[in-house]
Amino acid sequence: MHLYLPIAGLSVNALVIVVLGGAVGILSGMFGVGGGFLTTPLLIFYGVPPAVAVASSATQITGASVSGVLAHSRRQGVDFRLGGVLVAGGAVGSLVGGFIFRLLQKSGQIDTIIGLLYVALLGWIGIAMAREAARTLIATQTGAPPPPLTTKRHRKWIAALPFRWRFYGAGLYISPLAPFLLGFLTGLLTVLMGVGGGFILVPAMLYVFGVSARVVVGTSLFQGLFVTAATTLVHALTTHAVDLVLAGLLLVGSVTGAQIGSQLVQRVRPERARMMLALIVLTVAIRMALGLTWRPDAIYTVQLL
Amino acid sequence: MRRLCSLLAALPLLLGAAEPRLVPDVSDTQIDIAYSFTGAQLLLFGAILYPSGRPPADTDIAVVIKGPSEPLMVREKAKVAGIWINHASERFRSVPSFYTVATSRPLKELVSPRTAAIYEIGIDNLLLSPANGTSANEQARFETGLIELKRRTGLYAEHVGAVSVREGVLYRALVPIPARVPVGSYTAETYLIRNGRIVAAATREIAIDKSGFERFVATAAEHYPLLYGMAAIGLSLLLGWLAALGFARVRH
Repeated sequence: MHLYLPIAGLSVNALVIVVLGGAVGILSGMFGVGGGFLTTPLLIFYGVPPAVAVASSATQITGASVSGVLAHSRRQGVDFRLGGVLVAGGAVGSLVGGFIFRLLQKSGQIDTIIGLLYVALLGWIGIAMAREAARTLIATQTGAPPPPLTTKRHRKWIAALPFRWRFYGAGLYISPLAPFLLGFLTGLLTVLMGVGGGFILVPAMLYVFGVSARVVVGTSLFQGLFVTAATTLVHALTTHAVDLVLAGLLLVGSVTGAQIGSQLVQRVRPERARMMLALIVLTVAIRMALGLTWRPDAIYTVQLL
Repeated sequence: MRRLCSLLAALPLLLGAAEPRLVPDVSDTQIDIAYSFTGAQLLLFGAILYPSGRPPADTDIAVVIKGPSEPLMVREKAKVAGIWINHASERFRSVPSFYTVATSRPLKELVSPRTAAIYEIGIDNLLLSPANGTSANEQARFETGLIELKRRTGLYAEHVGAVSVREGVLYRALVPIPARVPVGSYTAETYLIRNGRIVAAATREIAIDKSGFERFVATAAEHYPLLYGMAAIGLSLLLGWLAALGFARVRH
């Protein structure tokens, strides 16, 4: 069934988009990542203009996060104070990101920068996650006690920041500036890459801040919900690239998939699930890296003036 | 003297005989892009009127459909430090967003290169007006790149033999319009060609526009960005919440 996307200006197979949204939704339900890191490249691969793909997948992540946040908050799995600080940082970051996006678009380097960011971030996080999951898997197989998630609970540069706050849910006593900066970074990346930032937030909270694992996924989803909403607004105002029909199709798939994913994850051992996510992330990173070095399909690209 | 007088009297008739007239029409003067739009087939047809009444043996028709022109920036990628990045660019002042030519015979047999260039018949004869003032070589390279890209997306096309002429007086051409067609007002120019020269021309206008919901969405995104953005957020929140509600009910 073909549907015409009014902003992207092309017609797509509606079923393909819904299935894509559903697959990404399952991932987001299982791992607490928005799945934008998969949606955006796949949409671009399908022929959707990059700006529209980035903007519309941000809208989709908002929807996919809602049900996750609701479920986690019922289980007290959201630290609203930490989430609020992250959201504040994310809002500022998405505004700055919108500005940078325009600048890069004008200079013609936006596609390269997006590609490089994807390779660097996904490669780094994929390797870190795979190593950690592998270590846990080996430990459980040999019967040894699993190694702790964080080796360092106390980091000097974070402790050096002024005005510390207590975050009860997260079990932290740190300066709000540190999570604010983290939020800022994810907000920036959300606008530039069309990702919810969960795949950065979750490892950063776990491994850098040492947030208690109980609230990590919920708080990450909470932050993603607000920052992707802000990003949708920034894109609607600056690039006019949010395609409601495309976002709607993705949403129908992803909100359903998210529910299925949150059921599935209870049947899989957490370290196995983390290993799966790590492998998916690494696959995307390798594919993007190859895409940058292969001779592109089109040497020439056009931009309206 | 009598001879001259009769010749003068016959002059309008002779002139009229030299210039046949085209009566063109199109199947749609308005193409609506709605939710199910996957492209369209445009039928261009018409009659050739000869004042003398007798059609000559060889008559050829070329139909050119042009979309609104727009200024463009074309970027060229090159391998720098192992990755492909945009390194050079060229501006073009007026590039037709859409260009299709349908002819009854191959273009080379039809018109002289000079005529083709003057009337912009054929993709290679488009005047794209590069604006950077770089060398002619470089401009040609960018032009080739741009045309190649437009051809690949189906926005530039040449359909040889797509025009059929019946008994020298009726012609028809079926031209496909792709789904990615940009909106705007288009012109369909029909040329009557004999002995490599254009003997008559006529133009019809075609409007291509988004309609209904698609038009509403596109104009809302352009003119009410704040409301549009809020609507997008509202939609995603609503769908997410509905899904959570629906699945919670299924579980219990």
